[in-house]
This record gives sequence, structure tokens and C-alpha cells, in this order.
Amino acid sequence: MTETDKTVKTHKTPEAEDRVKIKARRVNVFYGAAQALFDIDLDMRLNQVTALIGPSGCGKSTFLRCLNRMNDVIDGCRVEGDIYMDNQNVYDETLDVVELRARIGMVFQKPNPFPKSIYDNVAYGPRIHGMTQNKEQLDHIVKKSLRRAGLWDEVKDRLSDTGSGLSGGQQQRLCIARAIAVNPEVLLMDEPCSALDPVATAVIENLIHELRQRYTIVIVTHSMHQAARVSQKTAYFHLGELIEYGDTSDIFTRPQHEQTEAYISGKIG
Amino acid sequence: MEKPTPYIRADLLRRRYRAEKRFRLYGVVAIFLASAILITLLGAIAFSSIPAFTHTYIGLDFDLQAGDMTENIEDNNWHAILRKALYQQFPEVKTRRDKRMLGKLLSIGAADRLAHKFAANPSFVGQKVQVYLPASDDFDLFIKGAIDRTLPESDRLLSDKQIAWIDKLRAQARVKRQFASHVFLAGDSREPELAGIKGALIGSLLTMFVTLLFSLPIGIMAAIYLQEIAPKNRFTDLIEVNINNLAAVPSIVFGLLGLAVFINFFQLPRSTPLVGGLVLALMTLPVIIIAARAALASVPPSIREAALGVGASRLQVILHHILPLALPGILTGTIIGIARAAGETAPLLMVGMLAFIVDKPANITDKATVLPAQIYIWANNPERAFESLTSAAIIILLVFLLFMNATAIGLRKRYQKRW
Ligand SMILES: Nc1ncnc2c1ncn2[C@@H]1O[C@H](COP(=O)(O)OP(=O)(O)OP(=O)(O)O)[C@@H](O)[C@H]1O
Ligand SMILES: [Mg+2]
Repeated sequence: MTETDKTVKTHKTPEAEDRVKIKARRVNVFYGAAQALFDIDLDMRLNQVTALIGPSGCGKSTFLRCLNRMNDVIDGCRVEGDIYMDNQNVYDETLDVVELRARIGMVFQKPNPFPKSIYDNVAYGPRIHGMTQNKEQLDHIVKKSLRRAGLWDEVKDRLSDTGSGLSGGQQQRLCIARAIAVNPEVLLMDEPCSALDPVATAVIENLIHELRQRYTIVIVTHSMHQAARVSQKTAYFHLGELIEYGDTSDIFTRPQHEQTEAYISGKIG
Repeated sequence: MEKPTPYIRADLLRRRYRAEKRFRLYGVVAIFLASAILITLLGAIAFSSIPAFTHTYIGLDFDLQAGDMTENIEDNNWHAILRKALYQQFPEVKTRRDKRMLGKLLSIGAADRLAHKFAANPSFVGQKVQVYLPASDDFDLFIKGAIDRTLPESDRLLSDKQIAWIDKLRAQARVKRQFASHVFLAGDSREPELAGIKGALIGSLLTMFVTLLFSLPIGIMAAIYLQEIAPKNRFTDLIEVNINNLAAVPSIVFGLLGLAVFINFFQLPRSTPLVGGLVLALMTLPVIIIAARAALASVPPSIREAALGVGASRLQVILHHILPLALPGILTGTIIGIARAAGETAPLLMVGMLAFIVDKPANITDKATVLPAQIYIWANNPERAFESLTSAAIIILLVFLLFMNATAIGLRKRYQKRW
């Protein structure tokens, strides 16, 4: 890629529609001696939602965690291969991991709010990145993020209550609000709706649609319907291998592989 | 219709209930035995300490005239004044020997006490006043019933004449038992009726202060480094094994180390809370590190991931999230470590803190002793009256430790968070 590619970043042009934001090449991941991912090549495009699907334990979360180097903190986890974001190698020695993680937001599979107040949960990211000058701006970000995550109405009267006192589904939405509060370029969502009722799920799916206009989104989901609803591209993983990748409409209507077909039609997984 | 077969047969169910009942009974018996032993022990110590908290005082009459007194009221010969008042009470005592024996009924500290009383109340001069002054320890023991007057005279601490004088004083209602404030307010003394715990208590507090000052920050930093930052390799494994071993080293060894390093090498003053505190800090350090590491490790990894995920640096993760969550655990471990150190005598023996020190220490470089050392010193004292004083000191030490442990539990309860 060339210089011009980088300058496109902030301007949305028609060509940018298909521009690759994150590019994974020959990614292998090992937990100790056990290999969890085998030679994954995958492109994730700007303004698109890429859905990762596959049976439990096939390595979806592992792949997602490679993208913002969350696997670094797991003892015994080793990542081989290259991952590029905007042509920059994410695993480059000189890259600042902290900055990378600020640019790539993540919603974890298990809701993990800080044992602090709801307000502080959302305000933490903007605070440490110095995104606001005063309390009003911070209040505004907190309110906006909670509203977009569909949680504002439920918590607006108890922002100082502790975040871990919320229900499972509320915690999940709190974590989404926390992730979008820092305004990341890429959002990684690991089963963000697993504990949500249909109404809340619809709110989050709308949010995903909205965020897609500006960001790159990678979402892991066990719901075929959700993958079909929110994503443009779908990748099917099986036992650590990427079996099939393509436009979501293609994958769900005419899968190329038997395994994929079996999975999406509910025969395995 | 066929009856459904129960999952558990009735006889098995009955046997299970019986087993549960028996198990509960064992538990109750164990608790009962443990608390019976504890209560007996504490009860025995508390009971034998009771006499130490009261003392016998003798009321004497004084009628001092301003003309006979020196300018500075404390400069008077209070010994002579006291003697005179005492002899006035017993005009029948004539011989020098008897007068000496009579004088022995009063504590050596009585004259000082008298001087203080008059200095504090200048209006006493020129007035007839009755002042209560501490009796000697033998007099006190007699009043407390520890001296048997039916024994032959040679086997008693008090002679027949002394007992007769005491009886006379009692008949005149000049003898009373009062709360012995000196137990809490005085420093050490060779005389049990003057000896108190305050010097050792201050010494203990100063020593604990030094211990805390050194062991807490170093312990927390070491624990954070080992748990959160250090790479896991042979070298850190070795350090970990060594720290665990250090926690099991007999405490006197730390005393030897302190003697060699702090006193001989660094030339720090002997017998001071500074050296004692440093020695105890060495001893407490591994305990704090182990407790702090356990507390840090118990913070769930999901919190770490959450913070890293929004772009917090490693230091921010530690300072904003892990440390606050681990702090109650760290403090609990620290207080328990410090409480253990507060009860130590052996390592302090090596740095000269097991000493007879009369003056109360004012800062960490004054000579001082500590509560457990004070107990040891008093227990070694042959005088009968020190027995109850020793028990009193033990009770005070126990209260001190109980207070610290209660604080630890309180902190844990108060700041424990759920996640
Ligand atoms: N921290 C770890 N240590 C060791 N092995 C791990 C670890 N995390 C995941 N694995 C292994 O890696 C493989 C992939 O796990 P991963 O969590 O990526 O699966 P997943 O596709 O996200 O599954 P699910 O849908 O159940 O969340 C599994 O076999 C799992 O046992
Ligand atoms: Mg997963």
C-alpha cells in the first residue's frame, strides 16, 4: 500500500468502502504446547462488520484477542504471524501497545465491569486518555455512551452505584458503553448480546449499524440470525482453522464447505 | 397405581441423618474444648493480674507552715517531712530500729508523691491536710491477703510489730485500696509499687512505627514487582522460594542479623526502637510480601483485562485497579505480621532491648524496651508483688494485640469489594 492510503483514513471516500483496516496473515497461536489457531489469513474492512462464527472452542475469542494483543498478558500464550492495522504491524516491537488498545476497543465475552461506580466505569477510559477538559464534557461522554448502549434510562438515577451490582445483561451493556466511550477506530465484540433480551439485543444491533458508519467492527456471535442481520462479511472457524470467509449473504445462502453448511443449518456446534 | 420408588431408601436416609448429627456433635465438642482451654488460660492470667490494678495507700496528716518551706516547694526535704508525719502517728515508737521498721511501711516513692501533691496544690501549705501515700509492697501484699499472719515471724515479710502498726492504721481508717494508676502511667522501677507499663508501651508503639515505616512500603513494592511486573523465570522463582523460606526462619536469627548489620556495621544506637523496629521489619517483610502477593493474585484477571482493554498502561492498571482491590488484603496481612512482631522478644534480646529502662522513651533513638520484653523482665523478678504485675502486663499486651487484630478484621470487612 502507498502513502495515499494513510491519508484516506479520516475521509470517507467511495473507494474506502472496501479498504482493509486490519489484515491478519498466517496467524498461529499456541497456549503452551497446544495450538489454538492454524495459519489464519483474514481481512477486516473499514465500515464493515465482520462476524466470526463457529462451534465453541474453535478459537474465535483467541483470534479476536490477537488483534489488540490481549493475548500478551496470558502466560504461555504465543502468537506467530503478522497482523497489520493501517499497514502497521501490530506485533512490531516499536509499537506502543497501550495506544493500540486505545484505538481498538474490546467488549469481552464475560462482562467485566470495574468494581467502581457506573459513572466511573464509563469515564475511566476518557479520563486516562485526557479526552476531556472539564466535568461537563466528561458527563456528556458518559451520558452519550450509556445512551448508545441502551442503558441510560435504566441507570441514570444511580450512576454512583457500583457497576458490579447490575444484572448480567446490564453489565454487558455497561461494558459496551465503556468501550465506545474512548471512541476507538476498531471495535472487537465477543458475544456482546449473549445475556441480552431481544429488545436490548435490537438496541445493540442498531448501535453496531450506527458505529459501522465510522468504525471497523469484528463481532463474535453464536446466533446465526444475528450474524446475518449485522454483518457484511462472515468467517467460519472450526477447530482453530478458518474454513470459509466471504460475504455474509453468500455464506448463509450458498456455503462452499460442507462443515459450514452443517454448522449454519444447526447440524453441528 | 404403582407407587414410585423413592430415590433414597429409608434406612439409608436414617443412617445419613445419624452421621450428620454425630458430625455436628464432634464439631460442638471441639469448639467447646478449644474455648474451655482458652478461657481457662485467659481467666487464670486475668485473675492473677487483678491485685496489680489496685494499691494500698496510707493517709497521713500534714500541717506545714509557709515560713518553714523553701521558695521552690519541691526543694524541701520531703523525706524528713514524711518521716515526721509518720512518727507523729506512732508516738510510742522510740528506738532507731523500730523507726526504721516503721518507715518501711511506706513506699520509697512516697516522698516524691508527697512533693508532687504539694507542688500541685500550693494551698495545702498553712492548712491541716490528710494526704494518701503509697504503702510499701509488703504492706500492700498483707492488705491483699497474701501474707499470713499466723505464720511464725521469721517466715513472714512483715514483723509482729509492723503488723500491729498496720492494725492500728486500719483501726484509724487510714488505709485504703485505690486504683493503681501507676501501672499505666509509670515507667519501669525496681519497686513493684512504682513500676508501670507506660515506658514499655511507648517503646512498643515506637518500635511498631519503625517496623511499619520500613516493612510496608518495601513489602508492597516487592510484592507488586514480583506479582505484576517481573518476568516468570528461574531467577524470580529463586527469589520466591527464598522469601517463603525467610518467613519460616526463627526470629532470633533476625536479631543476630540486626546486631551484625545495624549495630556493628551501621553503628546505630543499641537498645533503641530504631534498631528494634528495623530488626522486626526484616522479620515482618516476608510475611507482608507473601500476604500482599496473595491479595494481588486474588484480583480477578478479568479486571486487568478490562483496564488494559480500554488502553490503560500497566502502571495505571496496577495503581487504579489492582492495588485498591488488593489493599484490604495487604493491610490485613500487614497488621497480622505487625501484631506478631509486637509479641516478639527473642530478636530484640540481641539488640539490647531486653533491658531495665526507667525513663520513658520520647523518640526512636531513646533507649527503650517493649511490652513482651517488659513481661519477661518482670517475670524474672523475685519480688512477690511483680507476679501480679507480670500478669497485668500480659493482659495489657493481649488487649493491644486484640485491638490490632480487630482492626485488621474491621478493615477487611469494610473495604472488601465484590466483583
Ligand atoms: N488461557 C488459555 N489457556 C489455555 N488454553 C486456552 C486458553 N484460552 C483458550 N484456550 C484454548 O484455545 C481454544 C480456543 O479457545 P477460544 O476461547 O478462542 O474459543 P471460542 O471459539 O471463543 O469458544 P467459545 O465460543 O466457547 O467462546 C480452546 O481449545 C481453549 O481450550
Ligand atoms: Mg469465546
